[in-house]
Amino acid sequence: MKARVYVNLKPGVLDPQGKAIHHSVELLGFSGIADIRQGKYFELALDSSLSEGEARESVGRMAREVLSNPIIEDYRVEIEA
Amino acid sequence: MKFGVIVFPGSNCDHDAYHVISKHVGQPVDFIWHRDTDLSSYDAVIIPGGFSYGDYLRAGALARFSPVMSSLKTFAQKGRFVLGICNGFQILCEAGLLPGALIRNRDLHFICEHVFVRVATNDTPFTNELQAGVVLRLPIAHAEGNYICDDVTFEELKRDDRIIFNYCDKDGNITDSANPNGSRGNIAGICNASRNVLGLMPHPERACEDLLGSSDGRDVFRSLAATLAAVV
Repeated sequence: MKARVYVNLKPGVLDPQGKAIHHSVELLGFSGIADIRQGKYFELALDSSLSEGEARESVGRMAREVLSNPIIEDYRVEIEA
Repeated sequence: MKFGVIVFPGSNCDHDAYHVISKHVGQPVDFIWHRDTDLSSYDAVIIPGGFSYGDYLRAGALARFSPVMSSLKTFAQKGRFVLGICNGFQILCEAGLLPGALIRNRDLHFICEHVFVRVATNDTPFTNELQAGVVLRLPIAHAEGNYICDDVTFEELKRDDRIIFNYCDKDGNITDSANPNGSRGNIAGICNASRNVLGLMPHPERACEDLLGSSDGRDVFRSLAATLAAVV
């Protein structure tokens, strides 16, 4: 079983890296991009003895307490059986 | 009185802090390895600058899980004094001992220069030997020093006089152009509600000798020593 955790800065939190990437991408000639926000992506290989519910619970807690800082970031968890 | 300086893998201002306490404050000080958990013999603990755990994940995020940190929480709850400098400030925020977070500088650069900071209040154990409003010249050296917090926290910090240092120009004016990293309200340092835990991005420990370009940082340590002399 696999888990994927996506961590992104909350809307409104300044993302200077995203802005710099946006600028570079426009210099390359790409147009029509309103905004780029940079985030983090984690892949977790899970023990197969976990149920999907248990995996969702524990990965959620991990995302909340370690992988993200809830003051500045939101997270999303996906579980793939 | 006795000081401790916590050493994480990747701390690099630990010796500076130790030097200032032993030489300029003239008090006993120990290095405390991050796996140690007994803080009972210390009156004040410094969390020094550096790159604990290589700044992996987020600056200060992994240091929060070192064994010493749960002891540090108890230490702070008992009203003992904690000073977090630069990475130490980031660690205190990640650990929830101070509110808010420190994110990437607004211009993305690692900034290494002397800046001016205004002492907003001398009503703390770390600034009581200073005058409110005085301007210090201190070095900064960080890529993630952009202080951010929500509106409620910001109002609380202002209302309770918990913003201790603000970035300013040489005359003490708190302006956007004097803000090196984009910090909300030009915040350079804050304390907790009970005022015994202070975090700041500038490095007072690197500004204690004229040879190093400034000795303005000495007063922070002199204040803490004066506090301890009165209570210990």
